[in-house]
Amino acid sequence: MIELSSVAKAFGKNHVLRGINLTIPRGESMVVIGGSGTGKSVLLKSILGLVTPDSGRITLDGADVREANRDAFLARFGMLFQGGALFDSLKVWENVAFRLMRGATKLSKDQARAIAIEKLRRVGLKPETADMFPGELSGGMQKRVGLARAIAAEPEIIFFDEPTTGLDPIMSGVINALIREIVTEMGATAMTITHDMSSVRAIADRVAMLHDGLIRWTGPVSDMDQSDDPYLQQFIHGRADGPIESVR
Amino acid sequence: MNLIVWPEKALASLGRATFTALAAIGRIAIYAGLTLSHMLRPPFYRREFFTALMSVGWLSLPVVGLTAIFTGGALALQIYAGGQRFSAEAVVPQIVAIGMVRELGPVLVGLMIAARVTSSIAAEIATMKVTEQIDALTTLSTNPMKYLTVPRVLAGFLTVPLLVGVGDIIGIMGGFLVSTEQLGFNRASYIKNTVDFLQTPDVVSSLIKGAVFGFIATLIGCYYGMNSGRGAQGVGGATKNAVATASILILAANFVLTSVMFGS
Repeated sequence: MIELSSVAKAFGKNHVLRGINLTIPRGESMVVIGGSGTGKSVLLKSILGLVTPDSGRITLDGADVREANRDAFLARFGMLFQGGALFDSLKVWENVAFRLMRGATKLSKDQARAIAIEKLRRVGLKPETADMFPGELSGGMQKRVGLARAIAAEPEIIFFDEPTTGLDPIMSGVINALIREIVTEMGATAMTITHDMSSVRAIADRVAMLHDGLIRWTGPVSDMDQSDDPYLQQFIHGRADGPIESVR
Repeated sequence: MNLIVWPEKALASLGRATFTALAAIGRIAIYAGLTLSHMLRPPFYRREFFTALMSVGWLSLPVVGLTAIFTGGALALQIYAGGQRFSAEAVVPQIVAIGMVRELGPVLVGLMIAARVTSSIAAEIATMKVTEQIDALTTLSTNPMKYLTVPRVLAGFLTVPLLVGVGDIIGIMGGFLVSTEQLGFNRASYIKNTVDFLQTPDVVSSLIKGAVFGFIATLIGCYYGMNSGRGAQGVGGATKNAVATASILILAANFVLTSVMFGS
């Protein structure tokens, strides 16, 4: 279980997170929604230690993440980045097997390649893709490779940063379905940040809405449509008018 | 009134610029310290190190060779023309040798490495940062400092002295070709004069300068890449600042090393 208590982060005068309180129960899929620039990525990166919060506490299974052994802590996570963040200089299979070929549980090249090909197959890519470079792939294929890399070491917790951004609706549906299947199959705890409502409905067990640096609403995805929170309703229905200011 | 305010503003700007420069020097020094400490602690990434050896060393040979041969040739012509004024044109082999080995070889190779390698490292790492590849490395339990900086800096430190050695030889060769083919020097006596005149400290100083310049060029490329701003503008800025800073630091280090090794 991941718990955030009063987590705050500012960049200069821009207070991005103003005291986030959020619990992500073990084995559940939490989706954090919110407009662009509301601090969703900062929230996710704060948990991973890529951004250091100014105040507040983040715990994983009760232990403060700042005090954890960094390698052991990160070994529990997999992450799909918004743009894929694949290493251009490495082949697809080397990207997928990156963690497997390094660190304490280092596998041989052949073993790592075999697992990478199996994971590529799991996300719907043919084994021939393994020897291509990321630059030779389409956006949707890069997302799938990123997903294969995120699950390669079978992590307990998987983070998805805007998994469908830049994809057409059909490819978005494919990626959403894959994420849901994989998270269920692995029994992993998942945290996704997105502003794509089709992703929310496909992936989420629970939803949290981030607005103005605070968690505005949180609850099961089934309660989302019945909520009378005007911010949430404006967001999920994509209305221009409402309490959330929009720049025209 | 304006006459009183203007010097204050100018001084304030000067003060801010000085503090900014000092802060940058401090950050680079800390980064250098961290790099050295990571060089001594595992894990070591051999594949990245060998890739960096090829990129910094082997692939820089053409540009280093061409720069050195033309500079050596031009140097011979200048020394001959200048020497003629006081009937000292016979010193061309000795001055070309000492000029190339002690000064021009290391400095030109250092500047060529700053242009070719520092820019490439800064742009590559900055692009990795902008596209979240550095964050991805961290989440994959890989320290970006160990994976990206250490192999490149170590490769620079080890290969640039070799490039300087090659550059020195090719530069002397350029002077030899011009002197023997155009200025009428005897081949055998040119080589004898060059070899007799050069001393071990000249060559050692050249290689030491190469090692220091290689360290500076690669470290600065990594530093600016890792601290790049966002987007294409951030990558461009990182590359530009890296090349400018590396070039200035190489020239400053050259002055300091020359003072220490030959000042007395």
